[in-house]
Amino acid sequence: MSFHPSMEYSPARFHKSERELAEPGGEFTYTPQNQAKFDANVARYPADQRKSAILYALYLAQNQQGYLTAAAMAHVAKQIRCTPAEVEDVVSYYTMFFTKPVGKYVVNVCRTLSCALRGAERVTRELSEAIGVKPGETDASGTFTLLEVECLGACDRAPVVMVNDDWHECLAPEQARAFVEEMRTKGRAAFTGCYLNKETKT
Amino acid sequence: MAAYEPVLTKHVGEKNSYTLDFYLKNQRGYEGLRKALTLKPNDIIEQVKASGLRGRGGAGFPTGLKWQFVLKDTPKPKYICCNADESEPGTFKDHVLMERNPHLLIEGCAISCYAIGAKVAYIYIRGEFYHVQEILEAEIEKAYKAGYLGKNILGSGFDCDVYMHRGAGAYEAGEETALIESLEGKRAQPRIKPPFPAVAGLYQCPTAVNNVETLCNVPLIVLNGPEWFTAIGPEKNGGPKLFCISGHVKRPGVYEAAMNTTLRELIYDRAGGMLGDRPLKAIIPGGSSVPLMLPDQLDTPASFDAIQKAGSLLGSAGLIVLDDTVCMVWLAMNLLHFYRHESCGKCTPCREGCDWLFKLLTRIESGEGQPKDLDLLFGVSNNIVGKTLCAFGDAAATPVLSTMKLFRAEYEAHVREGRCTLPAPWRAAHPMLAAH
Repeated sequence: MSFHPSMEYSPARFHKSERELAEPGGEFTYTPQNQAKFDANVARYPADQRKSAILYALYLAQNQQGYLTAAAMAHVAKQIRCTPAEVEDVVSYYTMFFTKPVGKYVVNVCRTLSCALRGAERVTRELSEAIGVKPGETDASGTFTLLEVECLGACDRAPVVMVNDDWHECLAPEQARAFVEEMRTKGRAAFTGCYLNKETKT
Repeated sequence: MAAYEPVLTKHVGEKNSYTLDFYLKNQRGYEGLRKALTLKPNDIIEQVKASGLRGRGGAGFPTGLKWQFVLKDTPKPKYICCNADESEPGTFKDHVLMERNPHLLIEGCAISCYAIGAKVAYIYIRGEFYHVQEILEAEIEKAYKAGYLGKNILGSGFDCDVYMHRGAGAYEAGEETALIESLEGKRAQPRIKPPFPAVAGLYQCPTAVNNVETLCNVPLIVLNGPEWFTAIGPEKNGGPKLFCISGHVKRPGVYEAAMNTTLRELIYDRAGGMLGDRPLKAIIPGGSSVPLMLPDQLDTPASFDAIQKAGSLLGSAGLIVLDDTVCMVWLAMNLLHFYRHESCGKCTPCREGCDWLFKLLTRIESGEGQPKDLDLLFGVSNNIVGKTLCAFGDAAATPVLSTMKLFRAEYEAHVREGRCTLPAPWRAAHPMLAAH
């Protein structure tokens, strides 16, 4: 392979590894509000340690656009003052970043031991049938993405489901189908997360 | 035994227990900090040493010693990193503390910073705890406004900042050097030790990494004295302790007790006994990474030393209670799915070994196991144990080695009969194991 200037270079054409390239995506810059949030966050770290803010910067980009494209990662790299490869290195490690479009509700079912003992395997199956997708997939309307995740740290309220940043606890397999319907009709009000009524619940 | 009066979680069920006003009114809020600032930093370290406070994150290392190791004569800044990456399966105690009693942690961070000479504490919270983070951010803000954080705290001339840092889904970030790597904006992978964080931690500066529950005990020790602390529970295992009880019990939850409480009291008195009054099959006493214990060990006190003597570890005090419907091969498979997914990939024995263990267990559980697979499981496990940079490798092999040791007959039955011999009704007939 030659990189002679007359030869057209295209990463897609010469890409030989098993790793999928990130979607290029349209032009991306932070909204002024997100830029202000980033500037405030990066000030929490020593001036020569901007890279500490990378997870925060990625969350901002992901919340703004729904998922991370190559353009978004390049913008984060510019903000952090590192290379896009370093950003991708981080993105590919952590499970909470998406490099593909996801549904409006990302339904994360905890599948680890304590939840599984209380029926999480069946919860996943019921949710999967109610939504009509397998774990890891997004439905055609773009409403739900179903994922299985590892221990969420609320084993006393098993089985636990995290929907975007909200929690729904004690979801019995028998309630799973109704829960999907409720999310469709009521939105965020369908969740029972303890923090939503933390002033009364013990 | 005299009734135990909770101190860490006494008020967590009450309305507005997370607010600053409530904390000041009901929990002698920030009096520990006020008192600490009149003492010399080294005196605080001595008090914590005298209390015998042991790290609540899993290792049980004495906190006072950890602080004493933090390099003193250095021009570099020092840091406190609070480990709030609570991800050990079966553990959810820090969750409650941060959600319902956040000011105790904030006060603990400030006192710890003063003790080791740090000016900044980072609370590294797991990404999934966003709802908890929002509470903490708001309460930290209030602590700043009230003058308990920031510049010249309570007129003492001591400056301290406490910041939240959100992780993004990685169990390995709970390992102290991996946490530091993640805080520096890299993949959460452990470092080679030494140097230990006390010498070269965050940004290569001296750092103490402490668990949430550990730091929550610090204001209480300063306020009530080390003698008060050691008087709770058995020798070398003093102080209040949170136990997370989950699985097949009637009332799963976080229970505070002294460490002379037995496993039987915790499971049958505090957590209400077995779900549906079924027989107990086994207990995992300290989060998924520790060996199982059997019903005949129920009278073991739940302390670091007693549990270790009984052949397991107290770890993060996450008790997972298993009744007679649990298939031990399935249990090992479920946990190895976890370890395979969470292995950071740095050390080959762990990265490759966890994958092989999971594949073997899936094969046995689905009825396609061969007699030689049992020896193979044993061999692969022993090629992980002790051959990795951090404790993850040992933790990952433990569910396999422990279930094979105690329930080998179940493995043999799976292979002999070519099926799962204990398919519980709460499991799905065909679990949907998505590719990761």
